[in-house]
Amino acid sequence: MRKNILFRLILIAVTVIIAVIFFLPNTPIFKYMPEWWRQNMPDKGIIFGLDLQGGLHLVFEVEGDKAAEITAARYAAKIKEMLSRKKLNVEAVSSGVQITITPANSQIKKEIEDNFPNLAPVESGSTLVYKLSDKEVQRIKDTAADQALETIRNRIDQFGVSEPTIHRQGANEIVVQLPGVKDPKRAIELIGKTAQLEFKLVDDEAKIAAELPQSVAPGEEEKVIQEFAGRIPEDTEILFEKKVNKETGVIRKIPILLKKQASLTGDLLSDAKVNLDSKYSEPYVSISFNSFGAKVFEELTGANVGKRLAIVLDNTVYSAPVIKDRIAGGNAMIEGRFTMEEAKDLSIVLRAGALPAPLKMLQNVTVGPSLGRDSIEAGKLAGIIGTIAVALFMIFYYKLSGLIADFALLLNIILLLGAMASLNATLTLPGIAGIILAIGMAVDSNVLMFERMRDELRAGKTPRAAVDSGYKKAFWTIFDSHVTTLITAAVLFQFGTGPIKGFAVTLSLGVSINLFTALIGTKSIFDIINTKRELKHLSI
Amino acid sequence: MIEIIKNTKIDFLGKRKIAFILSGILSIIGIIAIIQIATGKANLGIDFAGGTAIQFKFEKPIQLHAIRMALEGAGLKDFDLQDLPTENKILIRVKKTEITLGQVSELITNTLNQNFPDNKYVIDSTTEIGPKVGGRLRADAAQAVAVAIIGILIYVAFRFQFKFGVGATIATFHDVLAVLGIFFILGKEINLILITALLTIAGYSLTDTVVVFDRIRENLKMRQKETVEAIMNISINEVLSRTIVTSLTVLFTSFALFFFGGEVLHDFSLAMILGVCVGTYSSVFVASPIVLLWGGKRPFAKKK
Repeated sequence: MRKNILFRLILIAVTVIIAVIFFLPNTPIFKYMPEWWRQNMPDKGIIFGLDLQGGLHLVFEVEGDKAAEITAARYAAKIKEMLSRKKLNVEAVSSGVQITITPANSQIKKEIEDNFPNLAPVESGSTLVYKLSDKEVQRIKDTAADQALETIRNRIDQFGVSEPTIHRQGANEIVVQLPGVKDPKRAIELIGKTAQLEFKLVDDEAKIAAELPQSVAPGEEEKVIQEFAGRIPEDTEILFEKKVNKETGVIRKIPILLKKQASLTGDLLSDAKVNLDSKYSEPYVSISFNSFGAKVFEELTGANVGKRLAIVLDNTVYSAPVIKDRIAGGNAMIEGRFTMEEAKDLSIVLRAGALPAPLKMLQNVTVGPSLGRDSIEAGKLAGIIGTIAVALFMIFYYKLSGLIADFALLLNIILLLGAMASLNATLTLPGIAGIILAIGMAVDSNVLMFERMRDELRAGKTPRAAVDSGYKKAFWTIFDSHVTTLITAAVLFQFGTGPIKGFAVTLSLGVSINLFTALIGTKSIFDIINTKRELKHLSI
Repeated sequence: MIEIIKNTKIDFLGKRKIAFILSGILSIIGIIAIIQIATGKANLGIDFAGGTAIQFKFEKPIQLHAIRMALEGAGLKDFDLQDLPTENKILIRVKKTEITLGQVSELITNTLNQNFPDNKYVIDSTTEIGPKVGGRLRADAAQAVAVAIIGILIYVAFRFQFKFGVGATIATFHDVLAVLGIFFILGKEINLILITALLTIAGYSLTDTVVVFDRIRENLKMRQKETVEAIMNISINEVLSRTIVTSLTVLFTSFALFFFGGEVLHDFSLAMILGVCVGTYSSVFVASPIVLLWGGKRPFAKKK
């Protein structure tokens, strides 16, 4: 009997020590521990969720359909090019994932089907219509999601966030968690920008260009495009340049007629850096092309001296300077009245590369650092007050036995925190609520036993017999009641999102640990008291 | 011994008619609430309905009315405001709109910047949920509640008997319905955190019921001569003290959360307080009468 108790006491002591060691990093004491301790012992502790430490939780959808459309357009261009090399002049136009080719004959048909096995025929009469095969579309979407994930990871690495979490969810979603980010808006823009950089020639030769309005107010762009639809040459489009009047702050949009086909794109970049304009000390982004890009750029500028070349990012014109001379060396610059931060972010997205498809934001949950701090403080206060209230009530109602229950409660809290720390579990605000509720529920096991003991005492049993049979009889009730709580906690864990998962973790850990403290902790103390001397009276 | 309850002999089962009427009303309100939620007429939180919620903390006190005027002037429709005047906090919620995610929050911050240039603020939190995610969260929550209830039914049926499983499940479902119904009547927001509270309540209420059933099972074996109804009454009376003590301790912590746990957990703790009260009531007045109603014959208690 004695040995048994000793074993249980050692078990309790060891678990408490382990719990404290794991939880130490969450306390200010950890700083004062000796060097060897901090290096070799657990140093992570409980991790605070985004809702407590502040940060962003973003969910984006990769618009894979758009990626497929882009690919279809590329195929159309390739088909046209391939056939023209074989002296077959055709028009190839893409719409969605379909490509229409006119005119049609059996030779053209054969050439296309031999060279583009990924295209599935839709119609073959006077015109040939193909579409990207379903398998190909699926592959494009999948690749787009992978690439987007990689690109976002690159951008965030360069932006500098400690411990970001970036992962794919389902077929086409990307979840980004950024703890402790101070400027959420900037981070969202940085991630969400497609960053498709294109160099397009301005078509000032078309007569219609002169008819475009000087500038329009923001929001009226669509009207201009509608007005000129069908009147502009087929290989051109209207894009807008944003101009801000420095004195008044008024924003105007200037329509520019551009060649649809990009002469050069951002995937040929090798680097992008922020530089400061020496005259106005305004930041700009200088870009360098790789060797192939530099060659294309040199030919392009050489062949179009005197024309304007527009620098287009995500369908917005940043500037459209006149090409004064052939430019060798592969360097160019992007100006656009940037702030220092804007220029820096632009250089990041250009370096990290464009997203294969636009992103659509599905969810944004941002918590500022002050709210998180307030929540932690409030949680602590509520926890302490709740614990004290429960502890006092137990002493009031069950006297010395209540004190033993309070000891078990304390043990419960220590072990719960230790268990969470050892798992490096994420503590969220609902998680704090879970801990506090677990405190209220933790005494239930003891209440069940104490009530049983009272029953046994009333029935005339000796205190020792009352304790023993009280435990025995209460055991299955305690077990059943804990399992039912665990079922709901498991369901919450399975279905919940971040914060709710945190709640499920604390609640289920709290309940499991409670089984241990109730069945081993309190029982040992009663046994110690009982073995010292046979109790005549049980303070319950 | 300090005893709140001393050797009570209350005829709980005898009051089952009153209990069934009361519980019936609570359940009907709860069912109405569910219908309203399903048809989107209830006060659904941003996480379920989709939309934007931003909480601002201003430097100086600010009038709700002034903010309302400013936002309406900016063309924002279908929004509501909540304030926490002691801390100059304002919560602006905009239900789902046609505008792309991100633009609503920009419109709001721009409007505030223009209209209140000398009252600086920090953004405490921003929540933007697209309709797709909202729908998914709604489906997930419904599924979670269903799975939890089925899980409970299976476990209790396995440990006791199917009859008891049904009684416990109905009592648990009743508690969830009642709290949901009360929240609906109070016009409180139905959101993810409330669902969390509801499932916790389900777990808690079930614990309560299981304790009662456990005693009934034990007494059914020991007191072969008495009627089932009498045994149920005796059992409930025997565990009444435990039921009340445990409810009190959980209420203590729930109240601590309610008063000191901060604004975010306010509704959560309110739901818990209501749930503990309803759960305690149902384990006494609802669960056992249903078992009695279901099985006229002596329910057979499985061996432990």
